Order: sequence, then C-alpha cells, then structure tokens
Amino acid sequence: MDSLYVAWRYLSFNWLRTATLIGCVSIILALPLALNFLLDVGERQLTARAQATPLVVGAKGSALDLTLNALYFGEQVPELISMAEDEAIARSGLALPIPVYVRFHAREFPIVGTTLDYFELRGLSIASGRTLGVLGECVLGATVAERLGLAPGDSLLSSPESVFDLAGVYPLKMKVVGVLAPTHGPDDLAVFVDVKTAWVIQGLGHGHEDLASIEDESVVLERRDGNVMANAKLLKYNEITPANLDSFHFHGDPALYPLTGVIVAPNDERAGTILRGRYLQEESRQQIVRPDEVIGGLLQSIFRIKDMLDAAMATVGAATVLALILVFALSLRLREREMTTMFKLGCSRATMARFVAAEIMIIGAFTAVLCAAVLALVNAYGVDLVRALILQQGG
Amino acid sequence: MIHIRDLQFGYGSSNFQLTVPVLAVSSGEKLAVIGPSGSGKTTLLNLIAGILKPQKGSVHVGEKQVDALSDDGRRDFRITNIGFVFQNFELLDYLNVLDNILHPYRITRALKLNAAARTRAVDLAAQMGIGDKLKRKADDLSQGEKQRAAICRALLPKPKLILADEATGNLDPENKMRILELLFDSVTEHGATLVAVTHDHELLPRFDRVIDFRDFRLSQAA
Repeated sequence: MDSLYVAWRYLSFNWLRTATLIGCVSIILALPLALNFLLDVGERQLTARAQATPLVVGAKGSALDLTLNALYFGEQVPELISMAEDEAIARSGLALPIPVYVRFHAREFPIVGTTLDYFELRGLSIASGRTLGVLGECVLGATVAERLGLAPGDSLLSSPESVFDLAGVYPLKMKVVGVLAPTHGPDDLAVFVDVKTAWVIQGLGHGHEDLASIEDESVVLERRDGNVMANAKLLKYNEITPANLDSFHFHGDPALYPLTGVIVAPNDERAGTILRGRYLQEESRQQIVRPDEVIGGLLQSIFRIKDMLDAAMATVGAATVLALILVFALSLRLREREMTTMFKLGCSRATMARFVAAEIMIIGAFTAVLCAAVLALVNAYGVDLVRALILQQGG
Repeated sequence: MIHIRDLQFGYGSSNFQLTVPVLAVSSGEKLAVIGPSGSGKTTLLNLIAGILKPQKGSVHVGEKQVDALSDDGRRDFRITNIGFVFQNFELLDYLNVLDNILHPYRITRALKLNAAARTRAVDLAAQMGIGDKLKRKADDLSQGEKQRAAICRALLPKPKLILADEATGNLDPENKMRILELLFDSVTEHGATLVAVTHDHELLPRFDRVIDFRDFRLSQAA
C-alpha cells in the first residue's frame, strides 16, 4: 500500500506528464481495439442483413451503392428505376417484390418508402402505436423515436432536399403512428412511410383546395373545357389529414414513379435463379444483385485495408513500447538523485523497483479504465459508428 | 559508539585512497569532521553508514560490525540506527512535509508506520517550528524550513547515530546557527551521537571534538 501511496503522490504531483503518458498509451491501445470491435460489429451487421435479403433489383451501375441503399439506407442514392419493375416481378409470380425508395430525410434520419411486406420480411414488430395505415403516416425506428423524443400521435417534418431550391421538395408534416421495437440494426435509424407518401414528399402526389368549388377567382388562371388551371396562389397542403386526405392525388402514370430499388424474395431457389437469368441480358437496364455476394466483396476490401492497418498499428505499437521504455529509463535517470537519497536513507533496490512498478501499475490502471470507457462508447454507439464510418462513406 | 580500525577504502576508478588507522567516537559525542574537498569526509560518513564497504579494516557501530553485514542487513541497520542529514536536504518534492518526515517508514519493513510514528512526526515537526507546514509541499518551504524537515526525518526513527553531511552548508548565517542549535538540542535530547562534516570553522567550538582530514589528526575542540 505504501508503494501505491508514494507512486500516486509522484504521479499526481507530475499530473501533466502522467496524463500525457496515459493519454498516449490509451490511444495506442484503444484505437486498434476499437477499430477491431467496430469491424466485428460492422461485419456481423452487414453479413446478417445481407444474408437475410435474397435479391435486390435496381438500375445498372454500382451494385454496392444499390445494396447499401436498399439494405442499410446508405447516403448514396443509386440511379432510379420505376415502379413498373416492381409490378413486372409481381406479375412473373416468381417472387414477392418489395419496393424501396430511400432518398429523403427527416432531420438526419433516412425516410424509407416501402410497403408493409418490408416489415414482414425483416420481422419488425411495433413496440407502441400501430403500423402504417393511410397516406402521410410514418413509423419510427426505435433510435429515431428515442433521439427525437417522438411517440405515436406526434408529428415529424421531412427535410427539404435543399433549403435554397424554392422549386424543390417541400417538407411534408407526417403523423407518427408507431414506433418499432429495437433491432440493433439500420431499421432503428430509419423513418418508415408508405412508398406513396415518399412520392408525395417528392411532389409527385399532392393535395390542394378543390378548384371546382373555389370561390376566389384570383386563384384561377384559366377555365377551358371543364378544366380549371390555377396559379401559385392555390393553397397546397403540407400535411395529410382526414379532412384533406381525399384531395390528395397523383399525376402521371404510377408505373413510372421512381424507386431506388426492389427487394426481391423469390418463392424458391429455382424462381430466384430464373429471375437472375432474366436480368443477365445485356439490353436490360436493370441489374439484380445478391447482397451477400456484394457485401462479401466489400468486407474483403475492408479487411484487406484492416490487415494493412493492423500491420501499421503493430509497428506503431512496437515503436511506442520502445518509446515508453525509453521514457521510463530517462525518467529514472532524471530521478537518480531521488533514488540516491532513498538508497542512503536505507531503501533497497527491490523497494525502489516496487515504487516504479506501482507507478506503472497506476498508469496501466488508468489506461485500462480509459480504454474501457472508449470501448464502452464504441459499443454504445457501434451501430451509428458503423453506419457513419462504413455505410455512409462506403456509399 | 563508533569504532574504526585499519580502514582502507579506494574508488576503483581513481587514485583516491582513504586510510583511517583508528577512530573511536563515544556514545553521545558530537564530532566535527573538517578538511578540504575531496579529502574523504563524505566517504567516511558513507563507510560508517554502511553505504560503502571498506576494502580493509572494520567499522563497528554500537555492537554491530557494519562492514560484515549483508547488503540487506546494512540497509536495515542504517534505517533503524542511523539518521542522515544532507547538505541539499534531499526532500522529495512530490511529497508534503509530513510524508517526507515519514518517508523512512515507507521504504522499509524494518520500521512500522503506525499511529505512534505519525504522532511522533507531528510532535517533532512542532518542536522544530514547522508544525503548521506539514501539509505543504517540500518545495514551498524556505531553506531553513527544509533542513528542519530533513532533521525531523533523520530523528523520527530514534537513531542512535546522526550523520550530517554539511547540513548547514546551504543556509544563511542566521539559519545556520539556529539549525545547528536545533540539531544539537535534538541529538542531546535523544541521547544520540553526532558526526557532522562541515566547512564552517566558526561552528567548531560547538562540537566536542574535531577531526581534521588534512593530516587526519584528532584535535580537541577549543
């Protein structure tokens, strides 16, 4: 105990040196540990989700962007396909198509436009409230609800794509009707809406005052053949309520409405093979990917980089250990007079070694606590960090 | 108290050779050791304390033949029987005054750090006039206060022998006399023997005996 007491006095007296040393050693130790931990979490998340998603159809281009967007709601939006693709797969009778439109955000969280089949595929359960019912409703992932402090009955505004684009996407005030149970995956960090709601956010569908019964003539530009053209003064709704729900409508051919991808759940292996064969034709403008293959390729690249990082870390670690030995050796030389005094007073070399060992032990203990704190933080925010470090950057 | 006979000591790397045919110091005696730098005064203290071992001859302190003890034995003997006071005080800057005084108890198992030792440390500090500075770091003390703390540290284990290596060398004249006074009083009060290396000839009349290293002759104090 005396050794620890004297060592603690020495270290606390030289607190700046001690803190610097602890900081440096902690960084050297915690960095590779945290990186390995993150990669493990990332690998598990990526692999599990990829294996649970049989096939994804999307526009030809980067298979990785398509997979990351459809499975993990990555930032990078792939080339769009149309709803016709979803309908064609459904007509084939070979698989269940689940449309996915991941382009917009509410605050920093992605809005996922899809159907109720998605919830079934992922085995998502509602923790509070209910599932999606009508246009303009949303169901929140567990983390989204927690971070934004929202519960069923509250509202959430979609974010405009660009605040400087006056002709762009306007915010839609969505009604929160449910919150999902935590899944510890990307679904916790998403806002789910019906795919039609996502199209309303884009402006493909909208609701406004009934032009047929409008009394303010200054809104009317032209009346011709029973059609009424209105100017910008016409009141458009930015919230879908039971009162204005009927006024919402879509323009154009719904089959041409955009999707970022279609998750495909084949009836069986044979059906999956047939479907894959159809997309192999060169003239096809779409591609079908197996997420586990795409993610396997991504992980291989990541682990190749990790191997290099490990080697670099090992080299830096070895250099650091040597530097630490040098620091302690120099420190002992600087303390030679103190050591001589102790020796003259009657202190043995073993006791002096105990004091130094106690100092190393205290530094080690603080380093371990700091490393544990870093790892606990990484553990707590692992899902978010993986998303930030791998999915968003990778996407 | 101290009995040295036919002592010879040299450092391997130099021509220095200390020879002491015979030296006896009585119990309770206050002995001054003077002489030019490099004449072997500090070496003599180190030989008495068992820090160094003579190549020839013997060193007895009390009943023990110090040079015949093992390394551990000499250390334990030193810490329990000898108090060292240094010219540069040699207090540890990272410890407060009380911890510095108690430090000998923390560096050996031969001394037990208990409530009695703590009480005695506080009492000694009060006697030395630094009772109100026990919580201060050593660096916050004046030179005189530092030496008082160092004397407390040397006296705390109740040693039979005090070795002072130019203990007043770094002090101003006023502090020099006061510290010497305190050292003498404490040594007398504890019935200890004092061997002090000094360059201050004006202090010599206070000692019982003086050894002059220039010719290693023993002289009586005036």
